[in-house]
Amino acid sequence: MTAPADEPTTTTAEQDSDLINVEGLIKHFPIRAGLLRRQVGAVQAVDGIDFGVKRRETFSIVGESGCGKSTTARLLTRLLEPTSGKITFEGRDISHLKDGPMRPLRRDIQMIFQDPYSSLNPRHPVGKIVGAPFRIQGVTPPGGVKKAVQDLLAAVGLNPEHYNRYPHEFSGGQRQRIGIARTLALRPRLIVADEPVSALDVSIQAQVLNLLEDLQEEFDLTYVIIAHDLSVVRYVSDRVAVMYLGKIVELADAEMLYGAPMHPYTVALMSAVPVPDTRRREERERILLSGDVPSPISPPPACRFHTRCWKAQEICRTEEPPLVELLPRHHVACHFPENYPGEPAQER
Amino acid sequence: MQTVSNLRERRLPTGSEGGVGMTTSALRDLANRHPDRVDKQPFLEVVDLRVHFPTDDGLVKSVDGLSFALDRGKTLGIVGESGSGKSVTSLAIMGLHTRPASEQTRPGAQLSGEIYLEGDELLAKTPEYVRGLRGKRMAMIFQDPLSAMNPYYTVGHQIIEAYQIHNPVNKKAARKHAIDMLGRVGIPEPSRRVDAYPHQFSGGMRQRAMIAMALSCDPDLLIADEPTTALDVTVQAQILDLIRDLQREFNSSVVLITHDLGVVAELADDVLVMYAGRAMEYGSADQLFNRPAHPYTWGLLGSMPRFDRARSERLLAITGSPPSLINVPPGCPFHPRCAYAARNGGLSEEVRPELVPVEPGHIVACHLSETDREQIWEHEIAPKL
Repeated sequence: MTAPADEPTTTTAEQDSDLINVEGLIKHFPIRAGLLRRQVGAVQAVDGIDFGVKRRETFSIVGESGCGKSTTARLLTRLLEPTSGKITFEGRDISHLKDGPMRPLRRDIQMIFQDPYSSLNPRHPVGKIVGAPFRIQGVTPPGGVKKAVQDLLAAVGLNPEHYNRYPHEFSGGQRQRIGIARTLALRPRLIVADEPVSALDVSIQAQVLNLLEDLQEEFDLTYVIIAHDLSVVRYVSDRVAVMYLGKIVELADAEMLYGAPMHPYTVALMSAVPVPDTRRREERERILLSGDVPSPISPPPACRFHTRCWKAQEICRTEEPPLVELLPRHHVACHFPENYPGEPAQER
Repeated sequence: MQTVSNLRERRLPTGSEGGVGMTTSALRDLANRHPDRVDKQPFLEVVDLRVHFPTDDGLVKSVDGLSFALDRGKTLGIVGESGSGKSVTSLAIMGLHTRPASEQTRPGAQLSGEIYLEGDELLAKTPEYVRGLRGKRMAMIFQDPLSAMNPYYTVGHQIIEAYQIHNPVNKKAARKHAIDMLGRVGIPEPSRRVDAYPHQFSGGMRQRAMIAMALSCDPDLLIADEPTTALDVTVQAQILDLIRDLQREFNSSVVLITHDLGVVAELADDVLVMYAGRAMEYGSADQLFNRPAHPYTWGLLGSMPRFDRARSERLLAITGSPPSLINVPPGCPFHPRCAYAARNGGLSEEVRPELVPVEPGHIVACHLSETDREQIWEHEIAPKL
């Protein structure tokens, strides 16, 4: 294991430091065309984002399809290599680690996938699936792999006797639990979950959300959760980043963000969520955004939201607003933020 | 009329349990909600609908004794999880199930019960007759517009085709109508977009185009099966607004099928909660959200993280998973997952509860006594939602 030598005696300073930190993270996917496969452009999936995640924190990234949230998840887990920028895990730069040096770190950073059907090998019994991390990392857990797997199955609320069953014998929710058991096998420190409940039915979704919460407690986990469901995000998160077209437009503690969103995009996003409350049907004011999200191949210049923003002015088309801490622990990238008591940002 | 009874005999025995009589009386009770329209027949009425699929593993009872009614210009939300029978119900109304050619040869859906569209019983009609109704009298919006549209034809072509089948107009007029409809649903530059292929549209635009297609013949009944599930939340808001506006404009009746209680609360007048192919609870949106009476509805509401409130406690998840539709539990299908099934001395395990009124217009299929129900709701559920 590559964990730092001083790991057992964690100091307070280390507790406060970020478990994982990204600076200026960029991922462009080249578009090639023509006979020579020359690069003619790039999908700017993630285009310069910065954030840090504290130990035992649940940090969520929300946004609509194409905003770059899943790419961010794959960068954090180093399933993708960033075009530029820096990813630091426990103080170590992992941005461009090759497969070999990265492998031991994969124990510490694990991923939960969205689709419990395609993320489990249908030809392997559950015991083999959940035991795979031990095999791959060459670890023999105390008491043997079988016992470790059965303990993991019990920890995620499955019957340990079902060790020899195949994925098709389980329901969607149970399969997601199998995936989670596999994730936990090597006692990771960071779990990146890409839409962990969006493929599940409401009642099953609640079971899995409760399970994730219990496991965080039990295994001292740090979560980065990628989701599009704003209700789920509010429920699970300590802090939330809102992404739009490859950029973070707002980042704040969950309650601040939901209580008083500042970026117009966040405001519009929140006003669009259908709420299961008939009494508020009439009184809610909904901000309808016109049109679709622009293509990340040629995003609008300056503020990327200006083409759909009802507050946009000239400056929004010419000058990109930086992500700044306008209120304590509340970062916004906007020239004309909502819910902001002070002067408009550009006049300060 | 003779054909109806013949067909019913040939298909399945009906009313074996959960008698038709009780259901209709509950329906009558619903109709009595508005005293001024006691005599009026509902626009759409489904009575004791059963849709069963024979498979190698056994008979899949996707819908098993479902009844509901819908008035003109109203929106009914059908809520349930996967496998609850909501989509199968909508396909049955649209007449889109493959029926067995004869008893034994080709497997298909076995349908029984009655579906009335303004008094016209659809299940007894020939497929040709029902085909004539599709598009003009009733239309459907599917969840995934990419697979619902033909990728080989332009969007315009597909709208024009449907319009020309039902209206004696020439191609030019039909094309003009298609452009009109595309503009109505908010597609920019409709006169250019009419010649685009489905893949050239974004997800939200495709869904709009499908709504344009569904509404092109001004149908009286619009069935929207998870119309916004595949869409982002801001696009979802646009589409829901669009459905609401168009419904007001055309005075259509809408059946909105969804798993998202938020969407139902936004759009529906009445709500039907389905579980394992049966109605668990039925009432106005206000009743369902503010005074839900069935433990399953409580579970659904408790399972949803709330967007509009700070988190308080853990989610009230329902334990277990939905049953197999081949082996639906006897009695109340929800009893193995119900926290309150033990309260009525084994009744839930043995006897299928019938839909009974709990207040005017609000019916529920549950064995809990009224006092128990009110007490549980008030003290155990409501404070935690």
